Amino acid sequence: MLEHLLEVNNLEVSFKTYGGEVQAVRDVSFHVDKGEILAIVGESGSGKSVTVQSIMGLIPTPPGKIKNGEVLLEGQDLLKLSKREMQKVKGSKISMVFQDPMTSLNPTMKVGKQIAESITTHQNIKGPEAKERAIDMIRRVGISNPAERYEQYPHEFSGGMRQRIMIAIALACHPKVLLADEPTTALDVTIQAQVLDLMKNLKDEMDTSIILITHDLGVVAETAERVAVMYGGMIVETAPVNELFNNPKHPYTWGLLESIPDIDAADKKRLVPIEGAPPDLFSPPKGCPFAPRCKYAMDVCVEEMPPAFSIDSGHEAKCWLNDSRSPALKELVSAGRQLS
Amino acid sequence: MYIVKRILIMLLTIWVIASLTFLIMKFIPGDPFASDADVLPEEVLQNIRAKYNLDEPIAVQYVLYMKDLVTFDLGFSIQSETRSVNSIIADGAPASALLGLQALVIALALGLLLGIVAALNHNKVLDYASMFIAIIGISVPSFILAPLLIKYFAVEWGMLPVASWGTWQHSILPTLALAATPLAVIARFMRSSMLEVTNQNYIKTADAKGLSKTKLVIRHGIRNAILPVISFIGPLFVSLITGTFVIEKIFAIPGIGRYFVDSIFNRDYPVIVGTTIFFSVLLVLTLFIIDISYRYIDPRIKLTSGGE
Amino acid sequence: MEAKRVDDSLFRPLSPEKRGHDPIQRPSMSVWKETILNVLKNKMAVLGFTLLLVIGFFAIAGPHMVPFDPAKQDLVNTNVAPNSEHWFGSDDLGRDVWSRTWYGARVSLTIGLIAAAIDIILGVTIGGISGYMAGRSKFGDRIDSILMRIVEILYGIPYLLIVILLMVIMEPGITSIIIALSVTGWVGMARIIRGQILQLKSQEYVLAAQKMGTSHPKIIWRHLIPNTAGIIIVNLTFTIPSAIFAESFLSFLGLGVQAPFASWGTMANDSLGVILSGQWWRLFFPGFMIALTMFAFNAFGDGLQDALDPKANK
Repeated sequence: MLEHLLEVNNLEVSFKTYGGEVQAVRDVSFHVDKGEILAIVGESGSGKSVTVQSIMGLIPTPPGKIKNGEVLLEGQDLLKLSKREMQKVKGSKISMVFQDPMTSLNPTMKVGKQIAESITTHQNIKGPEAKERAIDMIRRVGISNPAERYEQYPHEFSGGMRQRIMIAIALACHPKVLLADEPTTALDVTIQAQVLDLMKNLKDEMDTSIILITHDLGVVAETAERVAVMYGGMIVETAPVNELFNNPKHPYTWGLLESIPDIDAADKKRLVPIEGAPPDLFSPPKGCPFAPRCKYAMDVCVEEMPPAFSIDSGHEAKCWLNDSRSPALKELVSAGRQLS
Repeated sequence: MYIVKRILIMLLTIWVIASLTFLIMKFIPGDPFASDADVLPEEVLQNIRAKYNLDEPIAVQYVLYMKDLVTFDLGFSIQSETRSVNSIIADGAPASALLGLQALVIALALGLLLGIVAALNHNKVLDYASMFIAIIGISVPSFILAPLLIKYFAVEWGMLPVASWGTWQHSILPTLALAATPLAVIARFMRSSMLEVTNQNYIKTADAKGLSKTKLVIRHGIRNAILPVISFIGPLFVSLITGTFVIEKIFAIPGIGRYFVDSIFNRDYPVIVGTTIFFSVLLVLTLFIIDISYRYIDPRIKLTSGGE
Repeated sequence: MEAKRVDDSLFRPLSPEKRGHDPIQRPSMSVWKETILNVLKNKMAVLGFTLLLVIGFFAIAGPHMVPFDPAKQDLVNTNVAPNSEHWFGSDDLGRDVWSRTWYGARVSLTIGLIAAAIDIILGVTIGGISGYMAGRSKFGDRIDSILMRIVEILYGIPYLLIVILLMVIMEPGITSIIIALSVTGWVGMARIIRGQILQLKSQEYVLAAQKMGTSHPKIIWRHLIPNTAGIIIVNLTFTIPSAIFAESFLSFLGLGVQAPFASWGTMANDSLGVILSGQWWRLFFPGFMIALTMFAFNAFGDGLQDALDPKANK
């Protein structure tokens, strides 16, 4: 088997709260290859952010706890590293771009310094040269007058510009993997596209892999090569992008696809929301987490956790419908209708 | 623009204080020299009244008083007629300034340290210990703490001298007594400020850069957490000034605070008014400087706009 | 494959009894009920409040528990150490320290209550008017800016200095302290309330109420005041102890409560000379009570602030 650049195996993360233990991530496994963009899709609370923050070692412990699993970067388990060793990896081999550019930059430090800091921390480069490198990074993320901009503070930048600065910070040391946690969610739609394009271009230039977290399937279609769909702290379906859009095998993915507005569609069909609310992660159901909201649910779904059914090469779905014994969908839907 | 507005308000405040003190002086029931009237001949009394401008109409007195103020002439003490209020303030200033500055430095240094340590060990033993010290500092007033310090450190254990002023050893106990409350308040303030900063997203960004814990705390944590504390230096200054009244009295330190308290009991009006105005101007100036420097230090606030 | 072990019979449409219920919701409760529960969960707030109740109880009942008048001298029993008769000992004039201590508690709590009243009557009203009038009309802006200039000027004057100045023309005593408190004590509250009202005014629900023609008093009472109540209460728990502190500070300096009446500050001052000669009880009891009261108010205030802070309870 070929070794993947980054491999996450059986990751389990939970948080202790006053109300009990929240099992935010349950047995998550995925991988990213060199130069690839993997999108992790899911609604809020599905565990996407916690997953990538665990990779970066950013989960506050306590209350958080990584209970199980491994994160292999080029074969090295990051979860086994000491804090000090992890500091050397963070920002140099793996780096991260956060969701809210308005609050993710230190308001009292010049943006240039914040980029240069990343460089001086990991590379044996002194002040003036680091500054030059930082200015170069500002230029590379498409901001004009980089030397002037170096001296400015975050409040003098717009949201899109700040996110570019965040990307500059993250890519300053040419990391192997870039984790982008909803990098465009807080931005205007037009700016979103620019920032995504920028990330794609820089990825090609620097040969970096990207894990892109989003809840927006439009973003996925434009950017990603492979997709992992998360629900209730688990990955319910993984597939190459085209395969996922053309041949989805999990009812939750169907729901996601139906809730994308399609302005090109000839018949102006209505958007279909997914009924119900995401599962309570304090006491997750023993079966499939999506079963309570699933139109096609069977008894087995509530009783047993579905295994990952292999659909095609690189395409897996955790849904009992893919078992040969399951009845036809029509039958299930009509049964469901009668009940409600 | 903003600075001009602030300067105008500052001048207005000083003017209000000065006018208020003048009016209060005029409201004093009776003649300050009434008791001398039986002893002194009429001409001497007239001379004395003339010296204090008491023979003029009130409006003229006000103008003369303001004119003196503008030239920083605070008049003469009634108690000892040969001493000007200016010289009394000048006499007391070194001791008070030394005491105040030492207390300020200690309160800031230890208070910030305690607050940072507490915040970095949130909900752990060090946090509870720091906040226990802080709550004692806030709860025990200096006039209770000072006698206790004297009783134990000076009398029972004989470690430090008291009841005079001169060497630096003499200044240790009064400085501690004066610094205790502001230290505690700063510690609490810094702790909550630091806790708030620790939860900010930019701390996560800095953490994701792979900064060491020390650099993370100093460059991104403390730098941001300390900004709101600067705005706290004004009230701190007030509490130091009023603190000196008590501390200088208890420790018999020849500072302005003690002269001030003595003058109240001696009904030495020019001294009371003079020192009040002196303190107020000092305070208003400090508030002004803090306000301006705060706006200079925090890049988010522009001096030209009003700011938030 | 693992799936083989699963019973074939389970592959049928979800039976009704297995159809999930709605996820269990947190029982809903009113804002006030939730706030009170939050406060009760906060140990510091409960401790502070309990201490205040105890101090209040003794302030009322304490002097009646012993047969001594707080001002009555007894030159035979001077400087008695605490014993079964004089529980907290007696002072150099033979006055009972127990009854004087609790009499002092009355003085302190009275000052605290009055300071609170002034804060609410003057501070909340002026701050509220200022915030409510701002931006309403030219006239409203003028009122706001006049009030705020006054506040800004008073804010620059330390109120202990004003108190001391007033003491010069008035007789030292509680009345003078109260007058001085009224002159400047409300300024901090006014600033806070104004800021809060300005912020609330721009909230959608207030704008909606205005557009629907709700009358001014009704908007103020229904929307603005309930939403500032938390801030007012928290702020009170900090102004009350500072007023109490000011009283004992002034009394200590000889500018507050005058002999033969007792206040913690005067008692502390009286005992200054004798603490070295071993009569520890004369400083200890009033000093401890000041500290305890300060602690109780601060703990209560901190706890309230935590409990009322929406960010703190997740």
